[in-house]
Amino acid sequence: MKSGYSLARISAILTKEFIQMRRDRMTFAMMIGIPILQLILFSFAINSDPRHLPSAIIDRDHSAFSRAVVTAFANSTYVDFVMAPQTPEEAEKAMLAGQINFIFEIPEHFGRDIARGGRPQMLIIADATDPSAASGALAAAGEIINTGLAREFSSALAGLATGPPPVDVVLQRRYNPAGITQYNIIPGLLGIILTMTMTLMTAVALTRETERGTMENLLAMPARPLEVMIGKVLPYVLVGYIQIIVVLNAGQMLFDIPFEGSRLLFFWVSTLYIVANLLIGFLFSTVARTQMQAMQMMVFLLLPQILLSGFMFPFRGMPGWAQAIGEVLPATHYMRLVRGIMLKGSTRFDLIADIWPLIALIVVISALALLRYRRTLD
Amino acid sequence: MTPQSTRAEQTPVIDVRGLTKIYGQRTVVDHFDLLVPKGAVYGFLGPNGSGKTTTLRMICGLLKPEGGAGTCLGWDVIEQSDRIKTQVGYMTQRFSLWEDLTIAENLDFVARMYGLDNRKDRVKRALKSLGLYERKNQLAGTLSGGWKQRLALSACMLHEPKLLLLDEPTAGVDPKARREFWETIHDLSDQGVTILVSTHYMDEAVQCDFIAYIAYGKKLIDGPSGEIASKIGLSTWKVEGPGLGALSKALKATPGVEQVARFGTSLHVSGPDQIALEAAIAPWRDHKELVWTPITSGLEEAFIHLMKEVKDNFA
Ligand SMILES: Nc1ncnc2c1ncn2[C@@H]1O[C@H](COP(=O)(O)OP(=O)(O)OP(=O)(O)O)[C@@H](O)[C@H]1O
Ligand SMILES: [Mg+2]
Repeated sequence: MKSGYSLARISAILTKEFIQMRRDRMTFAMMIGIPILQLILFSFAINSDPRHLPSAIIDRDHSAFSRAVVTAFANSTYVDFVMAPQTPEEAEKAMLAGQINFIFEIPEHFGRDIARGGRPQMLIIADATDPSAASGALAAAGEIINTGLAREFSSALAGLATGPPPVDVVLQRRYNPAGITQYNIIPGLLGIILTMTMTLMTAVALTRETERGTMENLLAMPARPLEVMIGKVLPYVLVGYIQIIVVLNAGQMLFDIPFEGSRLLFFWVSTLYIVANLLIGFLFSTVARTQMQAMQMMVFLLLPQILLSGFMFPFRGMPGWAQAIGEVLPATHYMRLVRGIMLKGSTRFDLIADIWPLIALIVVISALALLRYRRTLD
Repeated sequence: MTPQSTRAEQTPVIDVRGLTKIYGQRTVVDHFDLLVPKGAVYGFLGPNGSGKTTTLRMICGLLKPEGGAGTCLGWDVIEQSDRIKTQVGYMTQRFSLWEDLTIAENLDFVARMYGLDNRKDRVKRALKSLGLYERKNQLAGTLSGGWKQRLALSACMLHEPKLLLLDEPTAGVDPKARREFWETIHDLSDQGVTILVSTHYMDEAVQCDFIAYIAYGKKLIDGPSGEIASKIGLSTWKVEGPGLGALSKALKATPGVEQVARFGTSLHVSGPDQIALEAAIAPWRDHKELVWTPITSGLEEAFIHLMKEVKDNFA
């Protein structure tokens, strides 16, 4: 009596999937195309060091000092002052409408206070919807003010040159208070690209067989659900590796992202993440009746993975319920793992708290998928 | 030899009772019994939508019946479909091989799924006997309809199953290939392979050792193919001569005549009641240009008769 699982059958399914994948040009192009496209889009958004951003100036002082500061900012080419509103409300309205990126507000007695060494406050409000747009100007703000003032009043302020900065710059970011740093992008992008393509690939794995009528043949053969699952999932692990290599190399070239930690560890956690996503897709395809349904499920899952994983908004800044959802999403853990390994050089001991959830997900999802796997055409 | 297969040699290859399949409110297969002895060629007939495909799927474990029980190759059809699948070759009605794999890749995949030894060799032999060896690298999806059927047939026989379940295997296949197909079927049957084949062709039905006829999910009759017509008790007269068209119309309107069908240059006139039928044709019997001969009813007449009866039952 022969029973049990067969490696031959797994490799048969695996080979079949490989051939079909290779023949499906569109899918193949997408697997390579999606990461490259996303990277280019993101790198464009990040790397362009934006200049001449439209800004508003509210100068309540009208002193030589305030004019020097305004001129210095204008000369820096980071900003162009396009309006000088009378009230902050007017300026805020323009920002809300997307007409300006910055509001500079210089208080009364600004010049007098500087001369007295009183360190007056100067308010810069930035529209941080696109954090990369705001970051350049904000980072340079202090320096611009100092050099602007120094050039104009070198003699008068000689004493201040060595002391603390003459102006206290108060920054307010609107709409995206934490901002996303460049370093967040690569781990986040890896997580999102992989979850998108990996779940999609397997989400259609079974529904495609059903829609094409080949399921009847597959089911008539002595294949076990586990064999089908492994045979359908494994080929795409390789695809995942290719995507990682593409993203990492491009990331290195475009952003010069450091890689502090162990590449081997990175490889392992990525494998876990890829497998988890492929299995989620496979689970979808056991539930869905059509490829369309499977894809809708995949999109349904993609949204929280983008929004609640810490990719879009800083994880700790989210409300409790959102964090709770985020904790069960594989992308959340993977992004933390990749950030840890790439940027902080974390070891597996540091990261265990984010490794075991991925393993647990893999176990739970496989079990669910095997339970859901229909062994008949009913 | 496993104990199961030795037992299977003595017991019928298929022995199912009361198989019932319900979709929603509709009973698609209703208490279906079937007994197929080893090495038999069993024809499975019935009008479109009568439940043939559904029954075949239940036998090979692709559908779970709502009721009934039985064995296939000695294994329980409900509980042991994994075992059954290794020994059964099932050819689906609709082409269900992978269209984006080549002919050779499809056969190779099937061979690997059944864990066959000498895989390359078997595939090569199958390709040669199909006559597709030269085209083995062609995508299966680009084959013509008839060739797809032939490929599917060859694929489901690749693992030398003990039981073949063939769902309209010759639909769309040209006459020469059909003849070859039936020769293969009889060869296999001689070697002890059991074959359950659904078909709509009467010339194929007569080639079967046994026939089961199903309509509206119910089996109406089964038995050795030669006895079906007499079991039904239908009488038939053959008439030859001129003006058959008008005659046919007139006969159809006559009570006692159930069906009139044209066979080449003759008409077959049938009715369930011999006396009534003879009375009905009496006015034309003495026509000097018409030649009347009593014949044994054919399968087609028998089945059309069965269909009429069923419709009456349902009405
Ligand atoms: N998945 C399903 N859901 C609902 N009804 C179904 C399903 N599959 C089959 N049926 C119904 O079951 C009945 C029997 O179908 P089946 O395919 O077994 O007929 P068949 O005898 O093979 O017909 P044909 O000669 O046309 O192939 C049909 O009326 C069909 O509509
Ligand atoms: Mg059918």
